[in-house]
Amino acid sequence: MTDLDLRELQGTEFPVPADLQGNVAITSLSKIYNWSRKNSVWPMLFGLACCAIEMIATAASRYDLSRFGMEVMRASPRQADLMIVSGTVTKKMVVPIVRLYNQMPEPKYVLAMGACASGGGPFKEGYNVVSGIDKYLPVDVYAPGCPPTPQALLFALIALHRKIDGQSLANMDDVPWYGVGPSDPTPIPILGPDIIDPRQMDIIRRQAELAAAGLPYGKREVPDLVLTAGAASTSAPRTAAEKAADKVASAPAAAAADDPEKAARLAKREAALARKRARQQQQSE
Amino acid sequence: MTDQSLVPERLEKADLDTAYKVLKEKYPDAVRDDTRTGYSGVIVDKNRLVDVAKTIRDELGFNYLSHATAVDYLGLGDHLEMVYYAYRISGGPGLVFKTQTDREKAEVPSLVSIWPGADFQEREAYDLYGIRFSGHPNLKRILLWEGFNGHPMRKDWKEPYYEQEHKPFDSRWPKGYVRRAEELNPYGKNVQYPADIDLSRLNDISEESIYSGMGLGVDIQELTTSDGIRTDRLVVNLGPHHPSTHGVFRMVVTLNGETVETLEPVMGYLHRNHEQIGERNAWIHNIPFTDRLDYISGMGNNHGYVLAVENLLATGARYQPPTYRAEVIRVLMVELNRIVNHLWAIGFLLNDLGAFFTPSLYAIAEREKILDFFEATSGARMMFNYMRFGGLAKDLPEYIRSTANLVNDQIRDFNTMEYLTDLINERLPRAIDELDTYLTESEVMTSRTIGVGYLPPEMAIAYSCSGPLLRASGVPYDVRRADPYSIYPELDFDVAVRYNGDIYDRYLVRIDEMRESIRILKQILPRLERTKGEPIFAGNKAYMPRVPVGESYGRVENPKGELGFYVVSAGDEKGTQNPWRYHVRAPSFINLTPLGQMCQGHKVADIVAVLGSIDIVLGETDR
Amino acid sequence: MFGQGIVKGLWVTFKHFIATYTADVRRGTEQYLGSTLADTPFEVRQGTKAKGIFTVQYPEEKLAVPERFRFIPFLVVENYDHPERPGHDWCTSCGICAKVCPPQCIWIVRGEDPQTKRPIPEPQAFFIDIDICMNCGLCAEFCPFDAIKMDHDYELASYDRTANHIYDKAKLSKEFRYWQTIAPTTAAEEAEARGGWEHSDVIKERKKAEASAAKAGGAARGAAGGAAQRPRGQAAATSEAAAGQAADAPKPEAADDAAAAAEKAKAERLAKREAALARKRAREQGGQ
Repeated sequence: MTDLDLRELQGTEFPVPADLQGNVAITSLSKIYNWSRKNSVWPMLFGLACCAIEMIATAASRYDLSRFGMEVMRASPRQADLMIVSGTVTKKMVVPIVRLYNQMPEPKYVLAMGACASGGGPFKEGYNVVSGIDKYLPVDVYAPGCPPTPQALLFALIALHRKIDGQSLANMDDVPWYGVGPSDPTPIPILGPDIIDPRQMDIIRRQAELAAAGLPYGKREVPDLVLTAGAASTSAPRTAAEKAADKVASAPAAAAADDPEKAARLAKREAALARKRARQQQQSE
Repeated sequence: MTDQSLVPERLEKADLDTAYKVLKEKYPDAVRDDTRTGYSGVIVDKNRLVDVAKTIRDELGFNYLSHATAVDYLGLGDHLEMVYYAYRISGGPGLVFKTQTDREKAEVPSLVSIWPGADFQEREAYDLYGIRFSGHPNLKRILLWEGFNGHPMRKDWKEPYYEQEHKPFDSRWPKGYVRRAEELNPYGKNVQYPADIDLSRLNDISEESIYSGMGLGVDIQELTTSDGIRTDRLVVNLGPHHPSTHGVFRMVVTLNGETVETLEPVMGYLHRNHEQIGERNAWIHNIPFTDRLDYISGMGNNHGYVLAVENLLATGARYQPPTYRAEVIRVLMVELNRIVNHLWAIGFLLNDLGAFFTPSLYAIAEREKILDFFEATSGARMMFNYMRFGGLAKDLPEYIRSTANLVNDQIRDFNTMEYLTDLINERLPRAIDELDTYLTESEVMTSRTIGVGYLPPEMAIAYSCSGPLLRASGVPYDVRRADPYSIYPELDFDVAVRYNGDIYDRYLVRIDEMRESIRILKQILPRLERTKGEPIFAGNKAYMPRVPVGESYGRVENPKGELGFYVVSAGDEKGTQNPWRYHVRAPSFINLTPLGQMCQGHKVADIVAVLGSIDIVLGETDR
Repeated sequence: MFGQGIVKGLWVTFKHFIATYTADVRRGTEQYLGSTLADTPFEVRQGTKAKGIFTVQYPEEKLAVPERFRFIPFLVVENYDHPERPGHDWCTSCGICAKVCPPQCIWIVRGEDPQTKRPIPEPQAFFIDIDICMNCGLCAEFCPFDAIKMDHDYELASYDRTANHIYDKAKLSKEFRYWQTIAPTTAAEEAEARGGWEHSDVIKERKKAEASAAKAGGAARGAAGGAAQRPRGQAAATSEAAAGQAADAPKPEAADDAAAAAEKAKAERLAKREAALARKRAREQGGQ
């Protein structure tokens, strides 16, 4: 059994203040609070694709979600705590999904069930497929598998319980819904010529300007196939568009593209690491 | 010529060659043979298409349009082609006719006036290929949204994550430095925008266009019914998020009070580009993808696809058809899968009727027993990936056995044949009987279903319905009998038919079909015993088979209706590694065509019941 | 009479309701505590004859998956306590899995000799993006070396996918022993097809060595065994060398290259003939 590493969650910006750590009142209160919350996570009755069938099978008598206090599947987002994104998210469907998410009351959780919801899955290359719901919504737990078996889904739900358990009332980062004012809704994507995320308006505008100026505006073809993070900067000359791309895509590559010195350093580091690995392998043999 | 003297009644029974001959004689300048290697049928001049279609339907008796689809022959003649398969409802092979049109100004006359069942299929061709159908009553995009940039199934359209024309991609081996597709896209998402995108006037026109077809400017109108009761006319959206639409299906309904006036299905919320991915894929890559079409009956999907490709392979040399044992196991799997599907369909029909969850829980409990067997044999509960071209992935295991691997793992160890025998002879018949006692006479069921959602037989045929939907309207059309495949000819079973054409009869047809499946399975068991130890593969299992050029349409009777795969292998004369065209004739998709008519005049609560009785799966509807 | 159908239906639900209790009464405590019967209580509940509830109390008891179950693939490596090549990849980076993968989620960097730049049969890197993988098992099915297999561990949920969901070689590699435990029958079948429990290359080499040793004379047997047990790096040497060494041991005076080559060719010919004859005999026996 893979042990979940809760330390993954602890990289918060607001660590628990020293004087609050070990505060008995808060921790016990958190404990009760979390216990009651995690035992009544009501999922939304909401199926997308193949994984939904496994989700229903999980809710049915053999695996029985009610053992976790989750049998109350609410069709209305207003009464739901957990959105199990069970299946491929298409561009056409992500609009209602974001709308549903916005309508869920805090605290709300998102579980990406299956490869498709996590990262596009086998349909990732499809023109109408959103490659992972986390492009639009914050996901709490990912359950890999195509589809995850009911037991794998149950494991993911237990992982969610643990996550809830790990949250502390003393840490405002864990419980932002007790902060001031309502939380900002996720902007709803627009179905234009392709799906448009309002948060990406700037980059789309920049790309459109490039296009108007007759510059290459977005990659269609795969460039050099040997594009490791380190080697990227040394390969073919990069257009402004590509640089812009890297800014949103991968931080190290973007840094490398902006700063040749850093790129060289990264490349050296990569080479050194490779050498080290090779050495280790030889030794192990 | 004797053919000239054939009277229409005899013409309706004439064989395929005669039918083609009659067509060519009647329209000498508009109909010609399709002489390309591996192709069959005739090519019709598009200006005479409607007349020819009328002749095919009325005089030749091919009154059932099984499927219509488009193919883009870019680089192989540079034209778009519409392919139609028409069958006789009494059975027999199909008549293939095609028409070609220019890629730039693609226009073909619509056949909706001849076969209303062509409605959605033509809209799909318009959506994905950009062929305009003149005379189509409601030519809008169906799977994508209005305003989408381009027609994605055209061969020169590249998706945002485009990497290479065909799989396998060169970037995977031998220098396979991992890279997420997002990183190659400037937006980090699976999107691309046309060069002339106008961000200043950005509004979502997809919603408006849905309502525009309904002729409504306002949401609410006051009406007076014939009884003098003042009501409102409302537009109600059911779905895409709705517990009873069986997935992400949406219906835009105009209501007069509580009575349905018009209903328009809106789909595409699960359009995940099966066909486009399928054309990038190699032949074998598509087998696991077919599992995800109708994800409740994956075995049937596998079967349909391998049949289609085996038809093509059989035209080439060095192909050996599947062995007898392979065929036996295929039928075993498919029939068990039919029971799974019908159990599921009945359970969830009752959900839609308001008997929330108890019947479906009973159905799912039985389904789990079958899935245990599937899992032990194929390795997965739903995505079986079990059939191969010319055989099967693996023979049945001797034991349904598990090994403890994780903490707290509890093991099972059953003899497979004992398990199967017990399942088929005892457990499943008992479960079906129980479901029958439980539901058939229940007033909850009868009062909601009898007389609701009536579909007359002629309409069912005209709308290209298939499966239980067609058979509940009194049309005994079952591909297993009408156009037999595999070992069905030697098996003894009846085609379940009911005659009232309402929801209740569709439910009864499903119950009957499960009993017939049990009957088939009981005949399969001794065959399994007899063939034990025989090979499941006659030829070699090749991982990249070369498929001879040509076209092929493989169809099977899937639980939801006729599932067909239209595959074209073109390009390389020596045989191809990738399909040129991979089209799925999805029963769930085409069965939805008469939904609007079936719901008209019923109450709003009956919509979900009618939909539940059609038994759709969105993975297949939207593909 | 209206309501009769409902009553009938309620009777069915009632029977379902009491089924668990009647089964308990009939079978005693055996459903839960086990019995002298061969079946475990869990098996009884999950079998075809079970009535009443059959819930799997998931974290406390798990439904073990069958042998052919498919989840994420893993790479088979030699057992870590293997005498000759501990932890060595079975994969030869031939790339068939990457080609046959329908969603193309496998990335392989083929190994390269640092000096000669010639490809060597082991992967330098191997990645599987489990957010793309569709668990279809085609990679395992078509791997000619039985080096990639489908894992049974489905408990993989995580909180972060960018960091965790592209599996690299270290994460994918599992001992051969693990495959033997999770799928004993399949592993045995595969071993039979390969001709032994070892990697097919090792078996091939050993056979070659043995064949030539057999030719070289009965006294060479010990040496041939020694040759097969050499460390892995040398085992990759050509059969020529193996034959040479095997031949060297018994008669060191016959070190003539030409003679050794001729000897080897003859040995191979004879071995082939023997194998063909054996196949023919087997066929004949099978025919009867």
